[in-house]
Amino acid sequence: MKSPRDALQSWPVLRQLRGEDSLGRGAAAQSEASRNLHARTTGADEVVKSVCPYCAVGCGQNVYVKDGRVVQIEGDPDSPASRGRLCPKGSATLELTTGPGREHSVLYRRPGAADWEPLELDTAMDMIADRVIEARRESWQWTVDGGAVRRTMGIASLGGATLDNEENYLIKKLLTALGVIQVENQARVCHSSTVSALGTSFGRGGATTFPGDLQHSDCIVIQGSNMAEAHPVAFQWVMEAKARGATLIHVDPHFSRTSALADLFVPLRAGTDIAFLGAIVNHVLTQEADFREYVLAYTNASTIVSEDFRDTEDLDGLFSGFDPETGKYADTDSWNYAGAGVKAASGQRDKPQQDNARPSVQSSGHSESHGSGGHKLDGEPQRDETLQHPRCVWQILKRHYARYTPEMVQRVCGVEPAVFARVCDALTSNSGRDRTSSFVYAVGWTQHTVGTQYIRAAAVLQLLLGNIGRPGGGIMALRGHASIQGSSDIPTLFDVLPGYIPMPHVREHPSLEQFIESDAADTGYWAYMRAYMVSLMKAWWGPAATSDNDFCFEYLPRLTGSHSTYDTVFEQLAGRCKGYFLMGENPAVGSANTKLQRLGMAALDWLVVRDFTLIESATWWKDGPEIETGELRTADIDTEVFFLPAASHTEKDGTFTNTQRMLQWHHRAVEPEGDARSDLWFIYHLGRRIREKLAGSTDEMDRPVLELTWDYPTHGSQDEPSAEAVLAEVNGWDHEGNPLSTYEALRDDGSTACGCWIYCGVYADGVNQSARRKPAREQNWTGAEWGWAWPANRRVLYNRASADPQGKPWSERKALVWWDEEQGRWTGHDVPDFPPDKRPDYEPPEGAKGKEALAGTDPFIMQADGRGWLYVPAGLADGPLPTHYEPQDSPVANALYGQQRNPPRKTYPHRHNRYHPSGDEPGSDVFPFVLTTYRLTEHFTAGGMSRWNKYLSELQPQLFCEVSPELAAERGLKDRDWATLVTARGAIEARVLVTDRMAPIALSTEPPRIVHQIGMPYHWGPNGLASGDAMNELSAIVLEPSVHIQEVKALSVDIRPGRRPHGPALDELLDDYCRRAGITAETGVAP
Amino acid sequence: MSEASALPIHRVVPEDPAGDAGHVDHPPRMGFFTDTSVCIGSKACEVACKEWNQVPEDGLNFLGLSFDNTGELGADTWRHVAFIEQRKPLALQDPGVDVAQDGAAGIEAGGASGREGFRWLMASDVCKHCTHAACLDVCPTGALFRTEFGTVVVQQDICNGCGYCVPACPYGVIDQRKEDGRVFKCTLCYDRLGEGAEPACAKACPTNSIQFGELDELRERAGARVEQMHEAGIAEARLYGHDPGDGVGGDGAFFLLLDEPEVYGLPPDPVVTTRDAASMWRHAGIAAAGLLTGIALSFAGRRP
Repeated sequence: MKSPRDALQSWPVLRQLRGEDSLGRGAAAQSEASRNLHARTTGADEVVKSVCPYCAVGCGQNVYVKDGRVVQIEGDPDSPASRGRLCPKGSATLELTTGPGREHSVLYRRPGAADWEPLELDTAMDMIADRVIEARRESWQWTVDGGAVRRTMGIASLGGATLDNEENYLIKKLLTALGVIQVENQARVCHSSTVSALGTSFGRGGATTFPGDLQHSDCIVIQGSNMAEAHPVAFQWVMEAKARGATLIHVDPHFSRTSALADLFVPLRAGTDIAFLGAIVNHVLTQEADFREYVLAYTNASTIVSEDFRDTEDLDGLFSGFDPETGKYADTDSWNYAGAGVKAASGQRDKPQQDNARPSVQSSGHSESHGSGGHKLDGEPQRDETLQHPRCVWQILKRHYARYTPEMVQRVCGVEPAVFARVCDALTSNSGRDRTSSFVYAVGWTQHTVGTQYIRAAAVLQLLLGNIGRPGGGIMALRGHASIQGSSDIPTLFDVLPGYIPMPHVREHPSLEQFIESDAADTGYWAYMRAYMVSLMKAWWGPAATSDNDFCFEYLPRLTGSHSTYDTVFEQLAGRCKGYFLMGENPAVGSANTKLQRLGMAALDWLVVRDFTLIESATWWKDGPEIETGELRTADIDTEVFFLPAASHTEKDGTFTNTQRMLQWHHRAVEPEGDARSDLWFIYHLGRRIREKLAGSTDEMDRPVLELTWDYPTHGSQDEPSAEAVLAEVNGWDHEGNPLSTYEALRDDGSTACGCWIYCGVYADGVNQSARRKPAREQNWTGAEWGWAWPANRRVLYNRASADPQGKPWSERKALVWWDEEQGRWTGHDVPDFPPDKRPDYEPPEGAKGKEALAGTDPFIMQADGRGWLYVPAGLADGPLPTHYEPQDSPVANALYGQQRNPPRKTYPHRHNRYHPSGDEPGSDVFPFVLTTYRLTEHFTAGGMSRWNKYLSELQPQLFCEVSPELAAERGLKDRDWATLVTARGAIEARVLVTDRMAPIALSTEPPRIVHQIGMPYHWGPNGLASGDAMNELSAIVLEPSVHIQEVKALSVDIRPGRRPHGPALDELLDDYCRRAGITAETGVAP
Repeated sequence: MSEASALPIHRVVPEDPAGDAGHVDHPPRMGFFTDTSVCIGSKACEVACKEWNQVPEDGLNFLGLSFDNTGELGADTWRHVAFIEQRKPLALQDPGVDVAQDGAAGIEAGGASGREGFRWLMASDVCKHCTHAACLDVCPTGALFRTEFGTVVVQQDICNGCGYCVPACPYGVIDQRKEDGRVFKCTLCYDRLGEGAEPACAKACPTNSIQFGELDELRERAGARVEQMHEAGIAEARLYGHDPGDGVGGDGAFFLLLDEPEVYGLPPDPVVTTRDAASMWRHAGIAAAGLLTGIALSFAGRRP
C-alpha cells in the first residue's frame, strides 16, 4: 500500500502543477502501470534457442520461458538464415505451441463407434504395440515370387518432414527392423523429384546453395516457386540482391506476392516450363552464349553417347528403348555413353542382374538414391573436346532442343517472343566469368508427371551458363517443411536408407556383395558405398552385425516394386495394408485424391494419428465428405482410431535440416503437457514395448527387432529419450566408441558405426555441431559456425567449380574457394567441396579408384566422372534429357511431339481416380481450364499447423480461387461470390477473387487460342477455425515415373458459378461430367 | 481560409513532443519508417503485433479485398496490410540500379489481356503517433499520454471508455473494443522500447519494410531512399507523414508510398482535429463581444 503522502505525490493533477508537463499529456499523465511497465521477455527465466517449425528456411527463434511456461517466441537476430525475422507463421508460433488449438489428451475410437472416448496414454501405447505385432504376424511375407523379402505389407507409416532427424531416424530404424517397408513422408509428395534431378545432374540431391548466397546473384530467376509467400524470410536475400542491382525475374502461371516485387513477371501456361527452359537452352547453344571454358572442363558436354541412342526428335517424343506393352523404358542401354557403361546407382529392380546389365530405373523409385551418390562407369568415356562429334552430348543437346524456339514458346507457353528474349538476355548477360545467375524453385516444378525433368532443365541451363558451384549461382530448391530435407536424408521413405543408400531389392540384392556390386561406383566418393552401408548396419545391429553374417544385410526387408504412399492407398483398399501410422501428415487434405486417401483409411483395421490437432485424417470416419454424401456410414467403418497428441518443437530436443542442408538443434524449453509426447518418445517406447512383448521369441522374423540396438538413455518424469544420444549414433563412432569427424573415416570392415554417413561430422569431437550458434555478424555470409551442413559443413556444393581449372577464381568478384599453392591446399570463404590437398593439375593414374580417380579439375565429386551431367545416361526413368510433355489432364495438345503425356508416368485406374480426355481428344472441352495450386504466406501445407491458429486463420479464413476478369465474364463468376470447380474426381466450392493477377494465356496455335487459368491455394479442409473444401478432392493420383510424385500443379478443370451440391447430388454432378466427357477406365491411361 | 488558420500555431522545427509533455532528459523520439516499396504483404507485422500485445482475433471474415481480410485498423488490429491491385506498369520496387537494363517499364502482363501492365501494391499501416495528437488532446482522463519516446499510448489502467478520442483521430486509427469499452491502438511496443528492444512488427518484418529507429535518422534515411528511387526513374515514390510542417506536425510513423495516399486508404492532408481549438476560442470571443455589442446597440437603439 502506498502511503497517503505518496498517493498525493502521484496524483496527476499535482504532478501536472509541479512538473514540466503543464498540459498534463505526458510525464504528469503517466500512470502507475505505465511507470512499472516491463517487456514480458525481460522477466523471463530462460531464453531457449530454437528453430521455427514451419517451412524449411529454418529461421532462428528465441523461446522465452517464465515460471515453466513459454511466454514469448520471436526471431533470433543472431541467425544467419533469418537475422531475427519471422513470417506470420513463425510469428504465430506462440499461439501454435501454447494456444487453445492443441489437443492434450489421447482419444480412442472403437470400430463402428460414433464418437471418441478417452483412453490412458499407457493403455494406448500397449494396444498399439499389440496391433503392430498382430498385423505383422498376419501379413508376414518371407518370399515373393521365390525371392526372399522378409517383410510385412500389413503396416504403413506416413509423415516425418515436420519431425526431427532423430525422430525420423528411429522411425526408419524400428520399422525397417520390423519388416515394414511402406514408410513414407511429405518428401515423397513435395520434393522427391528434386533428389532425382539434382542427384543425377550433380551427384547430390539437395539445393546446391543456400538462400543467403542469393544476395550475390546478378540475376535471379524464380520459377516454380512463390518464394515471397512460401519462404518470406528467405526472400530477404533476394531483396538484398535487388538492392545490389540484381535483376529479379518471376516466371509463373499466377501473379503472386513474389511477382509483385519482380523486375519482370512472365506469366506462362501451367505445365509448360520445360518448353520455356528448353528454349533458353536452345538460345544459349545457338548463340554460343555458354561459358565454354566451364562447360568443357566441368560438364559432360564433350562425352560421346552410344550409337544406339535415339532422341525424341527421331521417335516423335519417345527416347529409344520404350516398351509400349509395359509403358516403361525397358531397355535403356542405348542412353549410355559410348564405350563406357554407366550404371544407375540403383537400377531397375524388376529383373535379375545379368552381365552387369544396366537396367533403367523404374518401379522402385530408385532414382531417389542419387541423393548423394553417382553412377558406376566402366572404362573411360570417350570425349571430343571440339564438341563436333555428332554423338557428343553437346550436339545431342543441340538437336534435341532445336525446335524449342521463341515461336514454340509462344505456341506452347503463351509467352511473347519479346518477353522471352528479355529473360534470355538477362540470364546470359548475367552469367560468365564475372557474373552469376541463380534459379530458385519449389513444388511448382516438382509436382508434375515430368517433375524431375523440370528441375533437370534448370540443371542443364545452369551448367551451360557456368553457374553451379559459384557464389550467387546455383539452383536453390526451396523445401517446405522444417525438416523435409532431413526426412529425405535420414529417410522415412520406402526406397532409400539413411544417406541415400538404396533399399535393397528382392532380385538384385540377395547379398551384401551383390548389393554393393550393383550399386556402388568404382570412382568418386560413391565408391565407398560399402563403408557407408556396413557402418549403417553396425549402427542398427551393433554386435550382432558381423562380417560372417554380411553385417545382418539379410535383416533388411526387400522391395518388389513401388511402395510409395500412393501405392499404399491401393494396398489399403485391397485389404492388404491393415495398420497405418500418421505422424504429422494429413493426407485427407494434403495428398492427391483425398477421397481415395479416406477410403483407404476406411479399409484399415487400425489407424494411429499423431498430431497437434484433430486434423481431417483423424476425424474422416465421423465427419468426412463421404459421410455427408452417404457413401460411407460411420457405424459401418471398422477402423479403430487412436489419436495421440504430439509435442511441439519447444517441448523437445532435436535437429531440423533446413532447405540449405543445414542441421540446427532446437533445445527443449518446457515439458509437453498432458498426454502430448515427442515422436521420439512415441517411437522409442513403442519399440521398447514391442521388444519386451517379443522377448524370448525364437521366431526368425523377430530376430532383427530383438537384436536391434535400442537402448537410448531417457530422462525426466516422462522418460523422454535422449535426442543427443540418437544424434551421436547418426554421426557414428569408431570401434572404441569415439565420435567420428568425417565420413572419410568410415570403414567397410565393421570397425565403424554410423547411422547416416552424410551426417557424419555433426557430432565431431563429441560436440553437438548442430547446436553451434556463432552470431551471423561475427562470421562471413556462409555462416560456417552456425549449425552444421551436410556434407562436411560445406555450404555451396561443388564449389571447386568456383575456380578455373588451374584453381584460380574465375574472377575476383566471384571468388569462393581457390587453390593456395603455398599451403598446398584448397582454401577460401567456404569449406572446399573437394579433397583439400588434391592439386588442380592432378591427373588420376590409369585404373585409379575412388577419390584417387577424380582429377584435380573434377568438381562433382560424387559423380563417377567428376562432371556435371547435361545429359543423364542412366538413373532416370523417363529419359536422359528434359522433354516437354503435357500434364496428364491438359486441355492443350502437345505442340512439340505426337506423344501427348510423359510416356512412362504411372497411372492408377480406379473408379474414383478417373483421368480427363486431353488435347484433341473428344470430351477434352468439358474441362477447358487449367487449375494451378500454391501456398499462401498465411497458411501452412494441409493446414494442421495454421487452420487452428486464430492469428493465421483470421488473415485467410476461406478457400478461394483466383480468376481473370475475362474468365469471370465468360462463366458468370462474381467477385467474392461462390464458384464450384469440377474434375472427374471431385467438385469443391470456393470464394471467387476476380483479379488481373490471373491473365488469360494466348497460345499462338493454329488457330490462336486463349487458355484460362485458375489459381487456388490448397490449405483448407473441413476442420479447424478456417475451414473449407480441400483442393485435393479435385486432383488425381498420377505419378512421375522416377520418384512417384503426384501432379497437382497443372490439371484441367471446369468452373461454374454458385456453391456445389451436397449429399448424393454431388456424385450425380460428377457422373454427369464424366458422361459428357466420355470418360472411361481407359481415358488417359495409355502411354 | 480564415485568417486564423494562417497563424503559426505549430512550432515547425525542432518539434519535441516528449519534451513538450514534460519528459526531462528524454530519449530521442522513436518511430517507424514503413517503406512500402519493399513490402511483400506477408502480414508478419499483423501477427507479431498480436502475439506480443495479446490482441484478440478480429473476426474470421472473408473480405476478399484482394488478399486483405483484415480491412482496417481497429481496437483488435494495430497493424494492417493493404493490398492494392492496379493496371499500371510496375514501378521498380527496389533501387533500380539496373534501370539501364530494365527501365521503368517493369511488368509485362499476359499477352492476351491487352493490359498495359499490372502492379500489386502492399503497405502496412499503423498508428501515426502524431506530433500533434488529437486523441491525446481530447482525452479527458489522461489515459492517452505522450511517452518519453514521443509516442502516443493508451494507458489501459486509466481509460474509462468515454470514446472522445475515436472521432478525434484524423486517420481513424484509435478504436473501442466493444466487449471491453476501452480504446486500443498501437503502443509502438512501449513495453519493449523501455527495455531497448524494437517493436514486434519491425523485428519480424521479413524484408525490413518496417524500419524502427530514431525519427530524425529515419527521416534522413527515407529522404535518401526517395531520392534514389527518383534517380532510378520512379517518379511516383513519395514520403507521407514525414513533414513536421504538415497538418499533424509530422508523424512518428511515416511511409514511403508509390501512389497517392488515398490509394492506400490514407487521408491526403490530415489535420489534427484539435488544431483550431485556439482560434475557435478566439472566434468565440469575438462572437461573444459582437453579441454583447449587438445587445448593447439594441438597447442603444431603443433609446428614444
